[in-house]
Order: sequence, then C-alpha cells, then structure tokens
Amino acid sequence: MTEHPLTEPAMIDHLAEQEIVLNMGPQHPSTHGVLRLVLKLEGERVKSVECVIGYLHRGVEKIGENRTYAQFAPYVDRMDYVSAVSNGLGYCLAVEKLINVEAPPRAQAVRVLFAELNRIASHLLWLGTHALDIGAMTALFYTFREREDILKIFENYCGARLTTHAFRIGGLQYDLYEGFEQECAKFCESFKHRIEDYEKLLTQNPIWQDRLVGVGILNAEDCKRYGVSGPMIRAAGEAWDLRKAQPYSGYEQYDFDIPVRTGADSYDRYLVRIEEMRQSIRIIEQALGRIPGGAILAKVPKVLKPAPGEVYVSIEAPKGELGYFLVSDGTLHPYRVRVRPPSFINLATLEKMAVGALVADVVAIIGTIDIVLGEVDR
Amino acid sequence: MSQEAKPDPVMASEAWEDPLTERLSAAFPNLHLSFGKFRDQAFVSVPAADLPALVTYLRDQEQYDYFADLTVVDYPAMPERFELVVHLYSFAHNQRLRVKARLADGQSFPTLSGLFPAANWLEREAYDMFGVTFAGHPNLKRMLLPYDWQGHPLRKENSIIAMDNDWVKRHLGIESGQ
Repeated sequence: MTEHPLTEPAMIDHLAEQEIVLNMGPQHPSTHGVLRLVLKLEGERVKSVECVIGYLHRGVEKIGENRTYAQFAPYVDRMDYVSAVSNGLGYCLAVEKLINVEAPPRAQAVRVLFAELNRIASHLLWLGTHALDIGAMTALFYTFREREDILKIFENYCGARLTTHAFRIGGLQYDLYEGFEQECAKFCESFKHRIEDYEKLLTQNPIWQDRLVGVGILNAEDCKRYGVSGPMIRAAGEAWDLRKAQPYSGYEQYDFDIPVRTGADSYDRYLVRIEEMRQSIRIIEQALGRIPGGAILAKVPKVLKPAPGEVYVSIEAPKGELGYFLVSDGTLHPYRVRVRPPSFINLATLEKMAVGALVADVVAIIGTIDIVLGEVDR
Repeated sequence: MSQEAKPDPVMASEAWEDPLTERLSAAFPNLHLSFGKFRDQAFVSVPAADLPALVTYLRDQEQYDYFADLTVVDYPAMPERFELVVHLYSFAHNQRLRVKARLADGQSFPTLSGLFPAANWLEREAYDMFGVTFAGHPNLKRMLLPYDWQGHPLRKENSIIAMDNDWVKRHLGIESGQ
C-alpha cells in the first residue's frame, strides 16, 4: 500500500507555512454592498486585509461642480442612502453657512425631528443586518417592522421613503402634515418597548456575546489617529458627539445624554447604538412638545450666488461626522464640493482591526463599523 | 457649465488674530504663515514643504489631535494650481482649524500619513481625483477609480461630457450620444 503523499512530513510542513489569499466580495452578503476585501490568511487567522472600494463611485463631487446649489441637494441623499435626511441636513446647513442664512425656529425643530427619526431608522437597519451577519436572523424582521413605521412617516411628509430630499436651503419646503405629531408620539411610545425586545433577544445572548465581545478592538487613541467618529469613538470611551460639542439646528435646547462605553469592541458599539436610539426618542418627545409656529423657510434668493469663500460644516450623522467643504467662486455653481464621509474614514480602520482576527470575525467587525458603500464610494 | 477657462476666484477672508496665531508665528519665525478667517472659520496657509512640521506642532503642542479631513481644490489659472486643504480638530479646545498649502502641477506634497494614519486613504483619494502626488506615501495608488482609469476627474479641465465620450470611445468603440 502506497502512502498518501499528504502524510509525508515534508508535505505537511509545507502546507503549514502556506499563506492563503482569499478574495471576499464585492458581491458578498456580509459586506453590505460592494466592498471587496483581499484577505491574507494563515489558517483561520487574518494576517492582513486590503480594502478595494469604488464599485459604487458615481463622481458625486464632480457632479456638484456642474449643478447649482439647489440642484445638487437631491444628489446628497444618494450617498448614505439609509440616512438621507442627515445628508440633506448637513448640505443645507453648509450652504446656509456659506450664504449666512439661518433656518427659522420651526424649520429647525422639524429638522431635528426628522434627523432623529432617521438616526433610529439607520441604526435599525444596521442592527437587523448586523444580527443577520452573525447568524441571528430574527432581529431583522423586528427591526424592519419598526423601520417601516419611520419610513411611512417620511412618506407622509414628503412622498419619499429613502431618498427623501426632505429639507431645502433655508428651511423646509413642506410644513408638517395633519396628524404628524400623533403618529410620531405613537411611534415613540411603542418603540420604547421594541428596544426592550431587541435587547432581550441579543444583549445577554451567549452566542451574540461570544461573537462580539473583545472582537475588533480599537482604542480611543487609535480612533483619534484614524479620524474615527460616531458610535465607534464613543464605544472607545470618548464622549464626543457633535450635537453636544458644536450644536447645530437647535440641538442645545434638548436634554439628552451621550452614550459612552469603554470596551472599544464590537459589543460596546452595539450597546452604544442601542442607547443612542433611546436618546433619539427622548429628543423626539421633547421636540414634539414644543414645535414653534411661524415661517418654515428663511429669505433665500431664488438665484443663489454665494460670495466667494469657503466653509466646512459638519453634523453628527448616524455613522459619525459628516462634513461638507464648500468653495464658492461667486457663480451659480459650487467651485468645489467636498464630502467628508464618515463611512469611508471609519472603514480605513478595518485594515488595522482585522489583523489577527478570525475570518468569521471580519464579518462582525465590518458589521459594527456600520458602513454604507454609497457613502464610502460616493 | 463651469468648465471653460476663466480667472480663478479670489476667496474672501478677514484678518484672524488670536493667541494661537501669535504662538504659531513665534514657533515658526522663518516661515511665511498667513492667517485668515471666513464666516468664523479660521485657516492658516503654509509653504507645502513645511506642512508636516506645522501639523506636527499643532498636534503635539496645540492639541489639534484629530485629523478630520484632507482634500484638494484645483485653481488651474494660478501657477500653484493645487491647494491642499486639511481640517484639524482639537478635542481639548473644541476648535477646528483649516491648514492649507499650495503647489504647482507635477510637484509632490509631503505625506501626512506618518503623522495621522487617517491621511493614508484620504491622500490616495486626492491622488486618484487630482493626480496630486504625496512624497513618502506608503501605498499611493488609486482609491475609488479602477486601476486602469486614465486621467484624474476632479481636475477642472476634465468635463463630465468629455470623460464620458472618451470612455465610451475607448471601451465600446462607438460615439457616445451625449
């Protein structure tokens, strides 16, 4: 009987040393779109990762230079398409800063309401799909049920569910619809119990904890060096939220906490986002009680020609610091539109966090970074 | 559209005086730093070669320890056509600061990726979009566009229509209907 070649000692040694290059994506269910990773593996351990992105690049910044300020507004909804309201808010605030206009109080309150509803919708989509990646399928059906309620409110308000284009430069185009406040209050009341349900499903679940605790650690020091923002840096112990640090749209009037954890791992990022949804509900309930009356649109010239100059305005989007750097040359078109995408900058840390992790953990780490490829690639 | 040749805009700004500007001028007596402000947003311009020194100083001495963004603006009519724009943030002071440096086409900015890893991908994107190079960057290749892409789309001379026509001609061998 001849020996199988694989049992030759020399052969086994050779195999043990081999490094495997594994291509993951761009069409892969757990990369949340078209992210491609080139993983170098030693057994199950990741030695290095390279992200290959750009599959969804649409040249948003170039398009911006060829549109007027108002024409470009709907395009920003298509970047982070699960939180289009935040994209629009950031863009409107940036143009308003450039032309030195402030939205009226009523518009600001409505903007806060929709931005917070959108934060919940974005976190719900994240929670459902992330749980699905980890193998917990049930959560998805729960979170999408609640997200549907929010999207219905958006639809009733402006006719669109995802790419809402809800705001206008200088305020709002539409006033609130009849019954908005009741619908919103009803949603808040029921959603408080829903969050308890998600937590019952996941927080103490031993499989959930095994997959997330201690996985993908990125401490506060590294978060700062990599420019990480949003729930990721707050899960690393840094209580930094632009709604508090540099308030916009009247956020200073609302009483809410910044959820902070210190574990800096995937599990803590999950807990931070859960708590953020609770805080968003707090903000919405406060805002509902005191929506000021009055105009919804400030005086903005029909033909916008901002004076030459440049501004950088950023907001706390669900995924982190979303910034717009606008350069005006005094003409109808922006001279330069730069978007500072939180997903893109947070994703860069994957190349650090995944080293030494297991292949299955890479999926969990991508999940808790919370990326949207429309925003990464623009 | 905005593609035809025209003079580059002159950006409005007002004087910015602050203890920080004095400390910076004192720390870099031999550099020509210029300070300005627009809509309450402060900026400092620095010769490109001294960019790393200034950013290091701001990070270590002035606690501007968060690298928010890096991008480029193209002013083709000026001899130094590319303006690098870096947005720094300080957690301690809750302040933002814009640092700018200019260079002509073909020259290299010094990389900031050694100071802030965040600059790594952002510089790659700037290279991809503008063809601006960064000396000392560990992995300067295209970020968003395919590796075989020709040209750098955010340069002002590249119009959307011309890029589309060119791509269709090269890849499909037909005239684009645009």
